[in-house]
Amino acid sequence: MEQTPRVPLKSIYRVFFEIGLFSFGGAVSGWIQREVVEVRKWMSHEDFLSGIALAQIMPGANATNSAVYVGQRLRGIAGAATALTAMMTGPFVAILVAAMTYQTFMKLPGFPQAMIGTAAAAVGMLLRTSVTSARVSARGLVPALVMAVTFVAVGIFRFPLLAVICVVAPVSVGLAFWASERRR
Amino acid sequence: MIEVLLRLALVLAPISLAAFGGAASMYAPLQHQAVDVQHWVTLREFLDLFAVSRVTPGPGSLLGTLIGWKIAGFAGAVVATLALYVPSSTLVFAVGTVWNRHRGKKWHTALEAGLAPVGAGLLLAGVLTLVRALSEHTSSIVVILAVAAIMAWRAKIHPFIFLLGGGVVCYILYLAGY
Repeated sequence: MEQTPRVPLKSIYRVFFEIGLFSFGGAVSGWIQREVVEVRKWMSHEDFLSGIALAQIMPGANATNSAVYVGQRLRGIAGAATALTAMMTGPFVAILVAAMTYQTFMKLPGFPQAMIGTAAAAVGMLLRTSVTSARVSARGLVPALVMAVTFVAVGIFRFPLLAVICVVAPVSVGLAFWASERRR
Repeated sequence: MIEVLLRLALVLAPISLAAFGGAASMYAPLQHQAVDVQHWVTLREFLDLFAVSRVTPGPGSLLGTLIGWKIAGFAGAVVATLALYVPSSTLVFAVGTVWNRHRGKKWHTALEAGLAPVGAGLLLAGVLTLVRALSEHTSSIVVILAVAAIMAWRAKIHPFIFLLGGGVVCYILYLAGY
């Protein structure tokens, strides 16, 4: 069992509160990856990305599933509860305030456009972190092919996500197992 | 009141647990239940709430929270949020427990190595979906590419700066007539 540094719950709360509050446009995984893997180095790229795959296979919102996975990995049940609560605090308050003031704000000229710009910036950040993950996880021909097939099937052909994972994941895992057997 | 809250939880929790493929796959069943079956909101109100959920942070499924708020006030919002996120999170936690218990075993290492590129491919596909959703606005494509490029060049810039910058740029472009 590898040793992971014990991350304070307060730090988990702060990071996920911030991620939740600014998670416009649904671009959350990239941000979690940036904070948790790249800036704070709480977990490895592989650990995070395999967790993302698990979080996406499971039903529910990807953002909250990813938060639960990372929180649990860092601090068990307390970590998972902290990350989930922290991530939902900001959006919960924001969406109620927005619903109450919506009529006023949306009539302000340029406001909807500014919100679209904010969402676009969030997507831009996700694009950048996804390219980083792609580079890290596509070392070697087989992982690169697996990644490309998943991307094309889900992103371009829009095949059902669950079906794609059920086909691609066993092949990818099987090949990884075979490769590790051969290396021994 | 209790009856309304209970019904809300009983309708929302299964929708969340059946949402394979993230929040986007919840919209259709949510609309069907809230508008056609339970008559909680009209279609017009549903679309207004949908628009609100698009411009605020958080998962798209927070739309369910708004529906809860609409029919039962603050208590409705709280119950709806718990019903949407507690069951699915518990499931992830249970699977995560099994996943972490076997860390270090050979099949676990192979699973992790095999799932990582799948996760990366899903991330990329997710970006494409979001880009497509924004692609009707030319200015947003400019912002997406500019933010990605600046971030590649200066990784330490705080995300909030980008969000603010994106909003300001699109506002200025709007004023300029784009």
